[in-house]
Order: sequence, then structure tokens, then C-alpha cells
Amino acid sequence: MTLTEERPAPAPTASSITADQLGRGPQLAVMIGAVALGALSWANEGEPNWARWIIVSILAYCVGIYVVSRVVEGPRRALDRLMAAIVTSAFLLVAMPLVSLVWTVIERGTNRFDTEFFTETMRGVVGEGGGIYHAIVGTLIVTGLATLMSVPFGLFTAIYLAEYGHGTKLAKAIQSMVDVMTGIPSIVAGLFAYALFELMFGPGTRSGIAGAVALTVLMTPVIVRSAEEMLRLVPNELREASYALGVPKWKTIVKVVLPTAIAGIITGVVLAIARVIGETAPLLVTVGLAQGVNWNPFDGRMTTLPVYTYYQYVQPGIPPEAGQDRAWAAALVLIIIVMVLFTAARILSSVLKPKGLR
Amino acid sequence: MTITDNPPSGDTAAAPTETTSKLGDRIFGGISLGAGILILVTLAAVALFLFVEAWPTFGADVSEFDGSDTFLQYVAPLLFGTIWAAFLSLLLALPLAVAVALFVSHYAPKRLAQSLGYFIDLLAAIPSVVFGIWGIAVLAPILSRSVYPWLEDNLGFLPFFAGPASTSGRTMMTAAVVLAVMILPIITAISREVFLQTPRLHEEASLALGATKWEMIKQAVLPYGRSGVISGAMLGLGRALGETMAVAIILSPADIITVNVISNQNPNTIASNIALKFPESSGVEVNRLIATGLVLFFVTFLVNSLARRIADTGFSGADG
Repeated sequence: MTLTEERPAPAPTASSITADQLGRGPQLAVMIGAVALGALSWANEGEPNWARWIIVSILAYCVGIYVVSRVVEGPRRALDRLMAAIVTSAFLLVAMPLVSLVWTVIERGTNRFDTEFFTETMRGVVGEGGGIYHAIVGTLIVTGLATLMSVPFGLFTAIYLAEYGHGTKLAKAIQSMVDVMTGIPSIVAGLFAYALFELMFGPGTRSGIAGAVALTVLMTPVIVRSAEEMLRLVPNELREASYALGVPKWKTIVKVVLPTAIAGIITGVVLAIARVIGETAPLLVTVGLAQGVNWNPFDGRMTTLPVYTYYQYVQPGIPPEAGQDRAWAAALVLIIIVMVLFTAARILSSVLKPKGLR
Repeated sequence: MTITDNPPSGDTAAAPTETTSKLGDRIFGGISLGAGILILVTLAAVALFLFVEAWPTFGADVSEFDGSDTFLQYVAPLLFGTIWAAFLSLLLALPLAVAVALFVSHYAPKRLAQSLGYFIDLLAAIPSVVFGIWGIAVLAPILSRSVYPWLEDNLGFLPFFAGPASTSGRTMMTAAVVLAVMILPIITAISREVFLQTPRLHEEASLALGATKWEMIKQAVLPYGRSGVISGAMLGLGRALGETMAVAIILSPADIITVNVISNQNPNTIASNIALKFPESSGVEVNRLIATGLVLFFVTFLVNSLARRIADTGFSGADG
């Protein structure tokens, strides 16, 4: 973007082009002035009010740079500088709640981030103590089952869309229905799984498998989309070379197309897992909550991490601090899991790429 | 794909393996086709099972429900709350998301922009329950301490800020702000994608004519990205409509319809109402909740198909 970059500060021999331009000095002065004005806004209260400081500084900078630039450079450049300031500060403004979120979760989550927290369940715990062992087991079982169901389901659908049904009416219908499925609210997926299992096993049924079905409804379209995209990226020459050697189509797909696309497909699957592992609402209505470990997904309630976080926060017990600390620590665990999955997806996609494309 | 659609059926030389490979092809193709059809079946099943489970609501006697509302009376405030919360969050998120997308695509240094893109994707995956407890523990106290009283005092003549200002911060406005933070990454990611696709020649033509950077963005980038931004916004709206946990944790619900966003009396949303009531419900109450879920399904379906139609019209700005 060399063309669009800021011009360098005026050279000592100011040519006519750079003569009436704002140098770095005045810009810096406006910025320092704005920050100082922001600091004044909380000065008489004694302790920094970070949110107000940042917001006042941003507003002051926007106004200041516009006025200064308008006087020196004229209205067009002034507007340009104003918009640059607004766009940049919008980014800072958005970063604020997100930084606050991560900071709060880390700060309050570390209160209970101990070994007991990972090895204990909530059985018989009223006040302090207790842990998330049962919730981790539940999350692993439910998410694992959902992955087991949605990966073959999604992958074969993608193979159909990319390799077999390309251009047919059926494929187009499936594609648009996959889009519709992507938009299903998670709670509706939960209600569907609940309705399905209620009709099969009677009212009030709660089980891990129902939760896995709900998550499958949410996960499959994500996998289909990413896998289909990856299969389409495989060069046609590879398929044709394989056919020319007399290899049947299915073997070509298994031995040539899939290995070429595997990096992208696995990345898509891992990202899909990261999306659903934090789902609360569908598990709330299908799996419920249990105090102890339940290894059997076909019978009875289980606890999953997001649902655990929710209930520990809204029904913390007595004293409430103990429950809230558990909620924050569980939230921290959730965020760490999501981050690990994201990083794993990145690493996998670079490690698994076929050698020629690396 | 004419070549790949007709794999060579093999000459006489390949005859011994031909039958097995044909069988393999038939099985493999059959499984793929079956998976594709199962997608259609699943979606039909979602609508069908919800409908079957929702049906008893309409046949049941009104007095069986607590509150004795008819279904319409029951769902109206919820539907209003759902749309109102989603609309407010979109109103807050859209301008910011477009600005952040512009920052990432055209203002930030290239290396920073790449890691920012990764960061934004990561944020989209933070579980909603975490956003919820952050909203109630951190954001709500801040807003109820310094923003709501000010809004009530200075803008109280508007129906939106009529008050009385909530002291707990469990208001529609807090919920909308949290929803906005949640849908921001989605809208930003899609907008950034289309902004980056702006033809370089359009940009450079504009700059060559002496436009400043902002004028170039206004002339070349924004018209080109408009339909992408709109469909991103609709996707964000769909997400906000169906968002459950953050609203369930934050909002203090009441059975009313109001546009007042800073008081303790708020219309609940469909999804949050289900999450709050479902664990303790039984019998026809469950059926009624499922019926509201069906309503939500149709609303998000409408919004999403609208988004797709806008996206399918293509990058209209590029033609003009």
C-alpha cells in the first residue's frame, strides 16, 4: 500500500507540495493534549477512571485534529484525518470491552484454578470446595459423540457436493439447506433434540446423547461448508492423472483428493469443535445438570462445562463467592480450551499440508 | 467438470478389477448421496418434531397455563423483546464493525492486520455464557452507576430513557451492548473480507485523481463492499435473535412490551425465556415453550434467507 501511506514529515527544504501539511510534531501535540484532557476528566476524583479517560481522549483527539488540520491543510484533508482518527478509535473502543472480558476472566478465574478444582466433583458440596471433574467428563463425552456423528455426516455430504452432485438440482437444494442449518439458533437445535428424544423415550428425558444430537445439528453445516470449500481447492489435474492411471473414482477420492485437502478439512473440524464446545443453551434443555460424574451418555443427566458455569453463577449457593469463583474458573477453562483448539487448528493446517503445497 | 464426472470405465485390460471398482464406486457414491439427503431429512425433522411437540399448545385449554394467556398474548412480548434486543445490538454494532473492518483492511499495518484478523475470529468463538457473566459482573455495574442515571436525567423526555433507571443494570440496554460485542466479530470478519477484495485498480484510480484516503474509501471501497456488509449485518442479526445465555443471565424480565431500555421492567426474548423456564417446566408448559422456539426458528429463517438473497445479488457496487 505504498501509494496510500502517509507522506513523510516535511523535509527541511519544504517544497510546495509539503508546505501546508501537518507534520508529525503538531499531530503529536494534539494527541498529548487530548490524553491530558482525558486525564483531567477524572483528576478531581483521585483515581483513574480508565473507560472515561480513553473515551474523553478519543473525542478530544478527533475534534482537535480536525480543527488543526482544517486551519493548516483545508477541509478535504481535515475530513481525511478525522475519518482516520474515527476508524482507529473505533478499533480502540471495541478492544476495550474485549480486553476487559479477558482480563476479568483471568483475574477472577485464577482464584480457584487449583488441582482440587480439576479432580473434584460437586457431589455434596454446598459452600467452598468442589470442582469441575464431572463437567470435564461430560463435555468430553458430549462433544466427542457430536464430533463422531457430525464428521462422517458432514464429510460425506461435502464429498457429494464437490465430487458427485456438482451442478445438479439436488446438490443446489442441499447447499441452500446447509445454509439454512447454519442459521438455526442453538436453542432451537436443543429443542429439536429434546423433542426427538421425548417422542422416543417419554417426557422429561435428559441424556448426553440428546445433547450430542443437538450439537451435531449445529456442527454438521459448519463442517460441510469448510470441507466442501477445501475439496474444491484440490486441482482437477490430480483427479485426472489418477483417472488416467485407471484408478476408480472412489479410490481417487480416498487416496488422492482427501489427502490433498486433509489439512483444511481437519482445521475446519477443529474450528467447528471450538464453536460448539462453549454452547450452553442446547445442553441446558437436553442434558441438564448433575452433581456427580456420569459416564453413560445414554442414561441420565450429565454436567457440561458451559452449563456448569451458568448454574454456578446464577445459583452460587452459600456463600455466593465460592460458587462465583467456580463459575469464573470454569469460564477460564472454557476460554483456554477454545484458544488451544484455535492454535491447534493453525498448527495442524501447516503441518499436514502436502509437501508440494507447503 | 465434464471430465471428472465420467471416470474412464476401463478398457478390456482392466476387466478383472472393473466389477469390484464399480461396486466400490456405487457404495461410496451411495454413502455420499445418502449423507446429502440426510441433511434435507434433518432439516425437515427439525421443523416437523418442533411442530409435533408444539401442537398440543394450541389445543390445550387456556386455563392450564399459569397467567392464562392465549398463545398469541404469551408470545407477543417475547417476540417484541427478541426483535427489539437484536435491533438495538445491530444499531450499536454495525457502525463500529464497519469502522473496525476498515481499520483492519486499510489503516492498520499489514503484519498487525493479519494477527488482528486471527484475534477477531477467536473472539467469535468465546462462549456466550462467558459474555453473559462478564456482562452482569462488570458491564452492568459500570452502566448503572455512570450511564443510566445520566441518560434518565438528561434524555428522560425520550420514551427510550424514561426510567426509572435500574440500579442493578439488568436492563435491555446492557443486554444489547453485550449482544453487540458478541456479533461485532461476525460482522467485522465478513466486512473485512469484502473490503480486502476491492479491486486494487479502483482504489488506485481514485488516488491517482487526487482523492484523499477517505475519499478513495468512500468512492471505491464502500460501494464495492456494501452488499457484503449488509449480508454480514443480517447474519449478525440472525445470531443476535437466537442468542440465549447472555440475555438470560443479564436481563430482568417482565411480561410487558416497552421501548424503555434502562429500567428493570424489560420484555424477555424468546430464546432467553426458554432457557430460564425450560428446566422447571413440565406438561403443556413445555409444549408452549417449544411453540415459541418454532416462532424463533421462522424469524431467524426469514432473516437468514433475506441475508442470502442480498449476498447473492453480488457486489452490485462493482458494476456501477
